[in-house]
Amino acid sequence: MKKLSARRRHPLAAVVVLLLALAATGGLYTAFAPAGKAQADETAQSLAIEEGKKLYSVGCASCHGTGGQGSSDGPSLVGVGSAAVDFQVGTGRMPAMAPGAQVPKKKVIYSQKEIDQLAAYVASLGAGPITPTAKQYSPAGADIAKGGDLFRTNCTQCHNFTGEGGALTHGKTAPSLEGVDPKHIYEAMQTGPQNMPSFPDSTMPEQQKRDIIAYVKAVNGEESASPGGLKLGGLGPVSEGLFAWIFGLGALIAVAVWVAAHTAKAKKS
Amino acid sequence: MSSQEEIPEENLPSEQGAAHGAVERTDDPFADPGLPAHRPRVQDIDERAAKRSERAVAFLFTLSMVATVAFIASFVAFPVDKIVFIFPFGHVSILHFSLGLTLGIALFCIGAGAVHWARTLMSDVETADDRHPIEATPEVKAKVLEDFAIGAAESGFGRRKLIRNTMFGALALVPLSGVVLLRDLGPLPEKKLRTTMWRKGKQLINMNTNEPLRPEDVVVGSLTFAMPEGLDQHSEDFQKQIAKAALMIVRIQPDEIKDKRELEWSHQGIVAYSKICTHVGCPISLYEQQTHHVLCPCHQSTFDLSDGARVIFGPAGHALPQLRIGVNAEGNLEALGDFDEPVGPAFWERG
Amino acid sequence: MSTADDKNRKAPAGERVADWADGRLGIYGLAKANMRKIFPDHWSFMLGEIALYSFIIIILTGVYLTLFFHPSMNEVEYHGGYVPLQGVMMSEAFASTLDISFDVRGGLLIRQIHHWAALIFLAAMLVHMMRVFFTGAFRKPREINWLFGFLLFVLGMFTGFTGYSLPDDLLSGTGVRFMQGAVLSVPVVGTYLSMFLFGGEFPGGDFVARFYSVHILLLPGIMLGLVVAHLILVFYHKHTQFAGPGRTNRNVVGMPLLPVYMAKAGGFFFLVFGLIVIVSAIATINPIWSIGPYRPDQVSTGAQPDWYMGFSEGLIRVMPGWEINFAGHTLVLGVFIPLIIFPLVLVAIAVYPFVESWVTGDKREHHILDRPRNAPTRTAFGVAWLTWYFVLLVGGGNDLWATHFHLSINAITWFVRVAFFAGPVIAFIVTKRICLGLQRRDAEKVLHGRESGVIKRLPHGEFVEVHTPLEQGDLHKLTAHEQYKPAEIGPTVDENGVERKVSPGEKLRAKLSEGYYGEGSQIPKPTAEEYKEITSGHGHH
Repeated sequence: MKKLSARRRHPLAAVVVLLLALAATGGLYTAFAPAGKAQADETAQSLAIEEGKKLYSVGCASCHGTGGQGSSDGPSLVGVGSAAVDFQVGTGRMPAMAPGAQVPKKKVIYSQKEIDQLAAYVASLGAGPITPTAKQYSPAGADIAKGGDLFRTNCTQCHNFTGEGGALTHGKTAPSLEGVDPKHIYEAMQTGPQNMPSFPDSTMPEQQKRDIIAYVKAVNGEESASPGGLKLGGLGPVSEGLFAWIFGLGALIAVAVWVAAHTAKAKKS
Repeated sequence: MSSQEEIPEENLPSEQGAAHGAVERTDDPFADPGLPAHRPRVQDIDERAAKRSERAVAFLFTLSMVATVAFIASFVAFPVDKIVFIFPFGHVSILHFSLGLTLGIALFCIGAGAVHWARTLMSDVETADDRHPIEATPEVKAKVLEDFAIGAAESGFGRRKLIRNTMFGALALVPLSGVVLLRDLGPLPEKKLRTTMWRKGKQLINMNTNEPLRPEDVVVGSLTFAMPEGLDQHSEDFQKQIAKAALMIVRIQPDEIKDKRELEWSHQGIVAYSKICTHVGCPISLYEQQTHHVLCPCHQSTFDLSDGARVIFGPAGHALPQLRIGVNAEGNLEALGDFDEPVGPAFWERG
Repeated sequence: MSTADDKNRKAPAGERVADWADGRLGIYGLAKANMRKIFPDHWSFMLGEIALYSFIIIILTGVYLTLFFHPSMNEVEYHGGYVPLQGVMMSEAFASTLDISFDVRGGLLIRQIHHWAALIFLAAMLVHMMRVFFTGAFRKPREINWLFGFLLFVLGMFTGFTGYSLPDDLLSGTGVRFMQGAVLSVPVVGTYLSMFLFGGEFPGGDFVARFYSVHILLLPGIMLGLVVAHLILVFYHKHTQFAGPGRTNRNVVGMPLLPVYMAKAGGFFFLVFGLIVIVSAIATINPIWSIGPYRPDQVSTGAQPDWYMGFSEGLIRVMPGWEINFAGHTLVLGVFIPLIIFPLVLVAIAVYPFVESWVTGDKREHHILDRPRNAPTRTAFGVAWLTWYFVLLVGGGNDLWATHFHLSINAITWFVRVAFFAGPVIAFIVTKRICLGLQRRDAEKVLHGRESGVIKRLPHGEFVEVHTPLEQGDLHKLTAHEQYKPAEIGPTVDENGVERKVSPGEKLRAKLSEGYYGEGSQIPKPTAEEYKEITSGHGHH
């Protein structure tokens, strides 16, 4: 609770009346989320928050409410933290075209600087997971095999063996992890975007998240080996069966037609 | 066609001649004109064309030989773990790829050569073979039946009933020994499927960290998997135990939990459900944190974790079993007993 | 030898060897009957060959794999060539499969040939079976061979399933778990069967070794015997052929075994082998290293069996979760009903030949194939069955349909539930109509000739298209098919005025026969009289 009182003295706290209630909600998080960084370099930070607020009121407020309190069209952003903003806006999911069960990945429309400003503003609404640093999510030196084991325990049920994605209920999907920035994978585990559950540091320590990222990059990165040839989408027996029918049996039948066909007769002279 | 004699039905086609024989009726415009005359191929009349075919066949056989040499060379030359990028196949094992391609070509060319040879150089005159009815002539049939009757009579099989009956009895009983031997394929079910490793006081161990879970570790919207204290990946019966004891832990705001017993058995909204689907036993864990639905990736049974994990879609027949949990003196989550019903797929004795 | 001595010449070496063998095996007698045996040429007659050759390829590669595979479920820590699994606990079966894939030179190729050939084997068997079905090649005297073929298909499915389970990877283990759940659902004895099958509780330490002996010995042994019997019968019956000039029910027209057919069939073996090897070189199958070792508490989305088990997966996925509890017992209908329907789907197609021969009452031998359009009811039934099968395959892959076509899994499941009943009926009706349309077109062609595309203007100004009459061979081909008349229930009163009871079976048969061959189920083929009337008369155009 000490940290909470410290937060009350934040310059913006006095202005935002809501904060009291918001901080109480975010309190659960502060108990175990490292929150020290939010106060580093205060002036630059408050400037970013100002800019972020402007961007927010243009691009986000219509759904999430003017103070991030949420509305019928979008959830409250109090306590979601900068990591959530960095993930949602950084992957183009936000701003959404329309509210719905699942907001798809789109072209990113904000620059990373703008995203950081937005994130700073939303983080100022209530403490939450903080955008990770490169050191936190970099797969370099992580234990790939351990990551594989963790991936199979925690992730494959939705994202498939090598992260090709899969179906959820009523048209929702778990997206493919191919080509996803390690930072965004880290943030997704940390924040649990949309229907994905979160895997907070308390149950899955930072090191394990790095192991998982290293595994995903090892088996589904640009340089990932597929020693046996075409991966066929990495989707398992369904695509293999289609390939066997279309290219396997198809080619064999084409050959059979050649073998059985009558040889061209000489033209009648 | 001897079989034709056995057609009593009038509904059979009347045009036997046209359909089944080569009988020509000059007044029938649809009559079978017989096999058309053979027309020669280029290779039959032009020796140069035939020579071209011969060279093509020989080329294919030679190519096969070259490919086999290349196969052996690849086997010797490429290390087993070398990965190279080959468009459009991706980063493939060069050894695998070259072995497969050379062997494939070596085999395919033998086949292509043989078929080309058959198609262009061997005679393509079509000839007809006569068919003969499959069934025996009446004389043969009569002879066989007669022989059988003699044999049967000589054995006394029909007359000496005691021999016949005891022989049937012996033959019928003998296989039982084989069936009895199968008994030791496995133990009897007894109550094995009704219990798991969970006991009162067993702590919930986080599968990721192998540490006991604490209530404050589990936040709303998170998903964690747990196993009973004392189980280890290296232990002998790990697979058997985890197949029944695997847990999924989520936290739901207590006011969102619709089922009274679920709330009672939770710890401040932290609920522990069996991870094993009640349909056919897939580990079910596609948890949607906003809807609290959990989906089975195998057969799409969907359970509502905020409502006693009841089935809301798919082929599962009953709700996921919940494990009653609490907190021990050290502040760790612990089980307050075993599941009160069998986990996993339903079975006859489940009740 | 005596003849050679008599003529005072030394026989060539080959002949002497043949003489030696003939004295012990009687090969000259065999060769006389078979060396110049005639085989008809048609691409669809080679589908069975594809199946036969892939079976041989599977045996060859399978023997090689047994040299390296360890059918053991002992848990070991992996330290082989595949880095992302190093240090992970796995069964020896899985570890040795990794070794085959990464440490044995050419092992990955052989593994992939084995698996691709298995998928193609079953696909070729199904297509071959459909060829036999739609052309009526199953009719007398070939019904038993139809059953042999059907058994091969079913045994092939189970050999495939047991083989797919051997590496003990996360995907196949999930399949085995499903099988165990299905076994548990069997009333009364389910738990006993499961305990005996797995040597205790799932997964136990026995099933890989047990599946191994079933996969490499028991089932392939039976299949090998059936394949030999199947081939002997093909030789014995001689191949069927399509109707055409010179091709009758009493002959078989084609090329001799030696040399043409031998070269073509032998060459085709190498073509099939070569193509399967090339497919195995360029496309990964069952990358167990990406899938990971089996753990009963882990799973991946997109968990499907190989395609040939896909229809059973569909059955189990779309079944509602019915469960009945009574007197301390549970009847798991949600799993048990699909388990019962699974064999019924297969039996539906297997028994068809016997149903048809009962309906037609035809006891003659048939060696001339039907064109599918000329047997509209049979064709419609076949397409309905295929529709059924395909609908279930869609159900089995509903999650991938959902992600790839942006649909809801729940909606697809409901679609399959409806289509399971409605699809075959619609397919039946539509196919029958198409067949009748094609029959009409054939009749039109026979009577009026082929549209030549030449437009002629008649003196009075009318434009007509010139039709060229068909050659006699074509006329024969299009009219060679038989047309049954519907069976009628005979007189119910005999000549003495005694009433005879009509059995329900007889009534059903008459009804079915009416459905098969009655009005609206076939277009009467043109008669010679009709043809003559039209061709002799002028001014019909």
